[in-house]
Amino acid sequence: MQQPGRAAEIKANGIGKSFGSFRALDDLTLDIGRGEFLTLLGPSGSGKTTFLMILAGFVQPSEGRLFSDGADITDRPAEQRAAGMVFQGYALFPHMSVEQNIAFPLKVRKKTAAEIKLRVGEMIERVGLRGHEKKLPAQLSGGQQQRVALARALVFEPGVLLLDEPFSALDKSLRGQMQAEMKRLHQETGTTFVFVTHDQSEALALSSRVAIFNHGKLLQVGRPDEVYDRPANRFVAEFLGEINMLPVKGVRPADNGATGLCEDRAVNMRCKAEEIKGDAILAIRPEHMSIAPEAAAGENGIAATAIGSTYLGAATKLDLTTRQGAKVTVSVPNEVAAAALSKGNSVWLTWPAEKGFLLPEGGQ
Amino acid sequence: MRGTLSDRTGAALLMAPLLLFLVLAYAWPFLGVVKWSFTLPTPGLGQYGALVSDPLVQSVFIRTLRIAAIVTVVSVTAAYAITVVWVRGSPVQRVLAEFCILVPFWISVLTRAFGWVALLSNRGLINTWLQSIGFISEPLTLVRNEFGVVVGMTHFLIPFAVFPLASAMRSLDERVLLAARGLGSSRMRTFWTVFVPMTRSGIIGSALIVFVFSLGFFVTPAILGGGRSVMIAELIYLRIFQSPDWGLGAAISVVLVIFVGALMALLFRHVRPRQLV
Ligand SMILES: Nc1ncnc2c1ncn2[C@@H]1O[C@H](COP(=O)(O)OP(=O)(O)O)[C@@H](O)[C@H]1O
Ligand SMILES: [Mg+2]
Repeated sequence: MQQPGRAAEIKANGIGKSFGSFRALDDLTLDIGRGEFLTLLGPSGSGKTTFLMILAGFVQPSEGRLFSDGADITDRPAEQRAAGMVFQGYALFPHMSVEQNIAFPLKVRKKTAAEIKLRVGEMIERVGLRGHEKKLPAQLSGGQQQRVALARALVFEPGVLLLDEPFSALDKSLRGQMQAEMKRLHQETGTTFVFVTHDQSEALALSSRVAIFNHGKLLQVGRPDEVYDRPANRFVAEFLGEINMLPVKGVRPADNGATGLCEDRAVNMRCKAEEIKGDAILAIRPEHMSIAPEAAAGENGIAATAIGSTYLGAATKLDLTTRQGAKVTVSVPNEVAAAALSKGNSVWLTWPAEKGFLLPEGGQ
Repeated sequence: MRGTLSDRTGAALLMAPLLLFLVLAYAWPFLGVVKWSFTLPTPGLGQYGALVSDPLVQSVFIRTLRIAAIVTVVSVTAAYAITVVWVRGSPVQRVLAEFCILVPFWISVLTRAFGWVALLSNRGLINTWLQSIGFISEPLTLVRNEFGVVVGMTHFLIPFAVFPLASAMRSLDERVLLAARGLGSSRMRTFWTVFVPMTRSGIIGSALIVFVFSLGFFVTPAILGGGRSVMIAELIYLRIFQSPDWGLGAAISVVLVIFVGALMALLFRHVRPRQLV
């Protein structure tokens, strides 16, 4: 339906927004590539919706400029930007049928009746709403309303589709289904998607890149594996999933990365120690640690005592404390957890050097 | 919001004295009026027969309906514009609109009717001004006719038309309007194709309230109509206090009450009472 070339490329340059004395967005610079699926991730109140509203043209930024395909669109009104938008709560026209809702942007563009009929029909087919054409939004389920909102925002082939927490009101199984569908729509249309969520697993599963927000600041942008495995700071590390933090002392560059002392034992890291020297925090994801009776010489390891477990079905979450009292959580196969808890509880935790990364000590 | 059962029982208990008062003050005397309509001057349906055959009564009924319809259209249209400014305007516009809506409530119907006479009469402000700028040579007849009645009634009823509209506009989801604009619709188009249809329940409520009120107008038509644009309420008054033809006056009252009752039923099928205030 859409030429991939028509997808928009967006540049935000030093965007800021103040509401009175409150800074909702601060000096945000971000390039959104043509046809990419960018997710804005952050806790509630971090400025995601505000940024989306600025992209759509509903909110004027206090500072900064916005470019679309090289043209400055900062002062262009929303109705001329033609960004497709799916609002939190869908914002369907309650007095129009499914068909009329989807036809709205085409009617505004004065398309012929025949073209409208054809494209609305195609879109209804594509989002699986056949048979519901004449219903009003109030007669549809949450998932169906969601599809109408998506269809309405995509039917006029916008250069960019903006989605504000579209799945937050759906139950878990429906959410998974809609996520898959959205990924498919992204591939089929080739349009640039900017998707807002506060759910980290959703962000990691869907996006080509993730932009992490907190308190109106953009903290890090990168591919899901980059931000997950190499978070720029403690907030990003913790927001993207559970993580263990161990203090390391005397960090210094070594052959293949960096080295330091973790509870009096030498540990190696594959990351560079240029920026972080001396005392730091070593962060390791729970699924990257394993349980062993002993750590081999030269292997990264720390002695710990198992203190409890949570059965998760496919795996068990095991809670441990180290000799110096740091709390660690690992996720391991169920039998391993049972063994660790029975065997006098004292075990070694080991991890590959490339799975640990350094964060500055203290703050962010 | 749906209250719990005990909430509702509590509310019903609190309202009971009021209901009792309304029954004693209105419903009970009205039964007397119903009785008159079937018994005076002679028992039977004679008064209702007269009502149907009397050309004067018929013309008054038709005039009343016509005036009420015109007043409804004009009042709701004007109220819609005022309410848009009141609910969605800038802070200054809101204050001005609120002033326009509330001031009429501080001045009695009688004062306002005479005020309009002063403005609209042959030597009133408007005619004097139009003549002084040479726009007209003879004064226009703006009062003591239906035009004057419509002006006075519209002025009185606009504030009542505002409240159901304001309630509908306030409960409207702002994001739906943003969505329309984001999809490429101009402000004008968004207003006509999204905003107005979404306030439909307010428009219906507002129109029915104005229409029902219009049917019972007495003072305004009496003063601004100058005896030439008699409406039903005035006709009832004339039959009972001047003719005196109590039976016919009572029969007209009964028909009016039934008609208004039917309209109210229609009103409450379209809007919840909560939306009217
Ligand atoms: N119109 C507004 N006036 C004042 N404060 C606002 C307005 N819009 C948003 N905010 C504030 O800006 C902050 C960011 O809001 P928002 O962008 O909605 O966050 P998110 O979508 O990430 O939850 C919040 O603290 C919110 O209260
Ligand atoms: Mg939000």
